[in-house]
Amino acid sequence: MFIAVSVAILITMGLALARALTGPTTYDRIAAVNMFGTKTVLLIAVLAFLSGSTDLLDIALVYALINFIGVVAALKLVTQKNFHSSEENRREVE
Amino acid sequence: MIDILINVTLLAFLAITSVAILRMTNLFAIVMLYGIFSLLSAGLFVVMDAPDVAFTEAAVGAGISTVLMLATLALTRSRKRGHEGDYEEKPSRAHRPWLPLAVVGITGTALVYGTWDIPGFGDPNAPAQTHVARYYIENTMSDTGVPNMVTAVLASYRGFDTLGEVAVVFTAGVAVLLLIGGRRPKSGAKVKSEGGEDEA
Repeated sequence: MFIAVSVAILITMGLALARALTGPTTYDRIAAVNMFGTKTVLLIAVLAFLSGSTDLLDIALVYALINFIGVVAALKLVTQKNFHSSEENRREVE
Repeated sequence: MIDILINVTLLAFLAITSVAILRMTNLFAIVMLYGIFSLLSAGLFVVMDAPDVAFTEAAVGAGISTVLMLATLALTRSRKRGHEGDYEEKPSRAHRPWLPLAVVGITGTALVYGTWDIPGFGDPNAPAQTHVARYYIENTMSDTGVPNMVTAVLASYRGFDTLGEVAVVFTAGVAVLLLIGGRRPKSGAKVKSEGGEDEA
């Protein structure tokens, strides 16, 4: 059962990787990276149960947090073109 | 069995990602692929039972360096030089791949030759397990009182070394903040907007 799940997760990772490689728009790539991170979290969780060492679950949680931060940073860059987010800056860019 | 399958698949994904990084010109996509790359290698570390290394790889590789590279991209251009019209470089036509290919091939062969002598993964008789590891395993708890052996070695036995490393990391952090952090007035160079499409 865990084996079937991990194979399915690996296949999904492959699909997300394909989208990140070919993705025509920026948002495709961001979504693909986000999804890849989620799949990594799931894979680690499944591995934790597969190998019986449930302390790996903490790492899965940390990955989820890091993935979130990275995606937020990427989206902020794409929408505002910089990280110095003042209202004035944004108006100037647009 | 399933471990081997996961290992092989993750390594194949790593190879695909690195080749794609080499061949792309859109720097934003390359940063995104860097994120995928370090998530993959962190997953491999977890599969190989090195969760603390995986922690570091995920935090530094997928987290901090992605943000830093994106911040750098925000200050510079998001395309490789020579791709857009202004100050274009001529593609060097005298680029011969044979010398680097030969160097890489020879180095790779030497490395593969070197792996024949490496003891098997997790071998209890490997040199790494037989010299000082036993001392740390037996004496860590009574010496330092730290339950995790890796932490004990890093923070207690090698505390002075770690202090130096922290100083280096702090200096690097200050330098990075000076370079790409902080507020700066927008001068003439506008950041080019990344178009809706790119070629992969």
